[in-house]
Amino acid sequence: MADLTIKNLRKAYGDIEILKGIDLEIKDHEFVVFVGPSGCGKSTLLRSIAGLEEVTGGQIFLDDKEITELAPAKRDLAMVFQSYALYPHMSVRKNMSFALELAKQDKATINEKVAEAARILELTHLLDRKPKDLSGGQRQRVAIGRSIVRHPSVFLFDEPLSNLDAALRIQTRLELARLHHDLNATMIYVTHDQVEAMTLADKVVVLNGGQIEQVGSPMELYHHPVNQFVAGFLGMPKMSFLPGRVLSGDQSGINVELESGVQLQLPISGEKVAKGSDVTLGVRPEHITVTDKDSSTFQGRLDIAEHLGSDTYCYVQTETKQTLTVRAPGTFPGAYGDTVGLSLDLSHCHLFDAQGKAIHKLSRSAA
Amino acid sequence: MGIAKKNARISRYMVSPSVLVLLAWMIVPLSMTIYFSLIRYNLLYPGENEFVGLENFEFFLTDEGFTAGMGNTLILVGAVLLITVVLGILISVLVNQKFFGQGIVRVMLISPFFIMPTVNALVWKNLLLHPVSGVFAAVSIFFGAEPVDWFTDYPLFSIIMIVSWQWLPFAILLLMTALQSLDQEQQEAARLDGAGPIALFWHLTLPHLARPIAVVVMIETIFLLSIFAEIFTTTGGGPGFETTNLAYLIYSQALLQFDVGLASAGGLIAVLLANIAAFFLVRLVGKSLTDKT
Amino acid sequence: MFTNVLSLDRLSLKSRRRLINVLLGTLAWGVALAVFFPIFWMILTSFKTEIDAFATPPQLFFSPTLENYALINERSDYFHFAWNSVVVSFGSTIIGMMIAVPAAYSMAFFETKRTKSTLLWMLSTKMLPPVGVLVPIYLLFKDLGMLDTRLGLVIIYTLINLPIMVWMAYTYFKEIPKEVLEAARMDGASLFQEIWRVLLPMSKGGLASTVLLSLILSWNEAFWSLNLTASQAAPLTALIASYSSPEGLFWAKLSAVSTLACAPILIFGWISQKQLVRGLSFGAVK
Repeated sequence: MADLTIKNLRKAYGDIEILKGIDLEIKDHEFVVFVGPSGCGKSTLLRSIAGLEEVTGGQIFLDDKEITELAPAKRDLAMVFQSYALYPHMSVRKNMSFALELAKQDKATINEKVAEAARILELTHLLDRKPKDLSGGQRQRVAIGRSIVRHPSVFLFDEPLSNLDAALRIQTRLELARLHHDLNATMIYVTHDQVEAMTLADKVVVLNGGQIEQVGSPMELYHHPVNQFVAGFLGMPKMSFLPGRVLSGDQSGINVELESGVQLQLPISGEKVAKGSDVTLGVRPEHITVTDKDSSTFQGRLDIAEHLGSDTYCYVQTETKQTLTVRAPGTFPGAYGDTVGLSLDLSHCHLFDAQGKAIHKLSRSAA
Repeated sequence: MGIAKKNARISRYMVSPSVLVLLAWMIVPLSMTIYFSLIRYNLLYPGENEFVGLENFEFFLTDEGFTAGMGNTLILVGAVLLITVVLGILISVLVNQKFFGQGIVRVMLISPFFIMPTVNALVWKNLLLHPVSGVFAAVSIFFGAEPVDWFTDYPLFSIIMIVSWQWLPFAILLLMTALQSLDQEQQEAARLDGAGPIALFWHLTLPHLARPIAVVVMIETIFLLSIFAEIFTTTGGGPGFETTNLAYLIYSQALLQFDVGLASAGGLIAVLLANIAAFFLVRLVGKSLTDKT
Repeated sequence: MFTNVLSLDRLSLKSRRRLINVLLGTLAWGVALAVFFPIFWMILTSFKTEIDAFATPPQLFFSPTLENYALINERSDYFHFAWNSVVVSFGSTIIGMMIAVPAAYSMAFFETKRTKSTLLWMLSTKMLPPVGVLVPIYLLFKDLGMLDTRLGLVIIYTLINLPIMVWMAYTYFKEIPKEVLEAARMDGASLFQEIWRVLLPMSKGGLASTVLLSLILSWNEAFWSLNLTASQAAPLTALIASYSSPEGLFWAKLSAVSTLACAPILIFGWISQKQLVRGLSFGAVK
């Protein structure tokens, strides 16, 4: 069993607070991703769990055993560093067996474990090479192998894919997903790339400024973000935001007027919202359609259209100089300066109050 | 106890031997020097060690050798600096191109630095500068000129030659290394813009070398202030005081005249001078500590 | 037609470059040979007989002899002085490294607000002119009976080279990525194991350069070795200095002794020239 519980974790460097009270539960076998912008504290959180940083306050428990003050080696965790941190003067085999040697395990067991890890990661033919003779992807696998041999309760990954080129990144992402499945271990993974978060995680933890914004499954966070930050962070291309004002609202819906004057009736609970208050409308590119000018909700001028083949992403400027990102079919011609009509899928629009918090929808529809 | 606190404690234990040892090295002799400089203490006249205030400093500064000593020190340091830095720049730039046997050339250029100062001094005095059998004499005769009796006629200059030869590699080595980090792309861009080799040197190379040159100047200054072995081995400070620098002067007062009080006063003055140079060097080095390049 | 060939304008870009390159190369060789000449001449002289050595004009060609090397101990016990040099250089270097490496380690990996100023302060002790403390050290050694002892020299050399050793080791340690040591920690290494099995193997090269630099500086040191020793503990620097008041013909012997005395350091210096820059420039030039 490898349940990790974090209670009110705080970390400060002198006067600067990096982690401002983190509460988190991670269940056995879960693949948890810490994601957030640079400086949000996700690496610090990971390193605090690992024991490489001392915490200023709070507690960490592994299966009900408190590990907050324990040395890293005694926490039964293994970490894969962003730069792989391989021992350059040791062969691949030695790199992987080092920890076991330090733990004074017998040679036969060590060889067995190393061989097994090498097999899983397809490193068997590289065992006698030194790190400098390996490619980036191979080095990364050795770093992972080093963790596997220890059979830890929890695997920690610190931005493992960021040093790989694009093609290798995608391939390794798939391998990591496969690895999680095969080892069935608890994995905590830190990244700034929301695509990795969406594709790999069982549970996503979005961090910002040292605090947790939201925790949940990728789909949960994608379709039901609790605030504007999470909504804007997940999803590629980003959600578009339009400022507006509440005209009227009750428990059956809200009437919102956008800056441009367009009025929309949204299936969002208007109970707790005051008339005239400022709100922000959020809508994802796939929930805006290009229609012909006359039958549209409103119009805009096409700035740039990015033709990807499968889709066309159009960046449309409204009359009030807001930019909307719209997903159009791949065949959409889209010329610079065209006036296009836009239609919004109102049931999938999000509304955020003046503080950025999401206002509840009437029904929790997913896709 | 937290991991960090434990580590902080261990690290303090690991650093303290060095600090304590160097602290002792600094404080004990220096304070003794200060003490001695304030009393009358001559090993030839034991017993009377009374406090005389700044008398020793007065004597030292008015000593017949002092003006010569200071002057010679400044001339020595200045001349060697000039020669080593100018030649150092030119040679290191010259050697920075690729050509046949570049490696061997570099090895030859830095060799003088590794020769013992006493060897250096005697090889120059005897084998090279000797007015009868020295190589310089032979070359002069070859060109039909009268050989120069270097150490008799130009003693200070002879010392300057010897010391410059010893320190030229230092400048070359440091500047050569600094040149390696010269931005190639910048040079190519300038060449495309039409810059010739002289323009390249003046506008790109020299500014890049400004910092290393400053380092060379400061480190050399600090060590050149204390030139001793070459003088000791060749001229013994003479004739008269012509090749006495500050360091040698103090030495002669301490170990030849046994006037401890006077020598200590002189020593403090030397320390003061060195401190001025050291101040700037430490600032420069400190900056390089925080720089990423 | 001849002048046309020599006109640079007629040459292609490539040939022009090559010509300039050859000219510069020749110039570089000339300068290098001129600079190296004294050393060359010294070595050459060591193979001459004393008469040849003192000949006017000095001879480039002669019949070489090894007698100077064979009789190296004739004038004075060369091996005695050489041994002193060895003991003093290696002794001070070993002791120095034992003190310096832990200090450098902790300053590199447990940096505090005081670290930088401590390092700079250590360096500043190296800038102290030896004459400033000649008097007290001499008197102190006299009273403690340490004059003309190898131990005395070892202590002094350790002290004057310690700052550079700490400094160099520090810069090399700083280049080791912190994460490799953290990985070792996560693998279960104690502090000692971290240093012994990961840090030191990784910084082997840098520490070797530090050792070499210390050896070179100690071997060539020519202030304390001249003032604090007489016959017992005098190293090679002092031996050579004694040739300055000559009795009879001695140039060839001087050359032989000098060549032997300088050879090891010359070789050390050639091998580690690149790495030495760091220590020699106090890290300000990399």
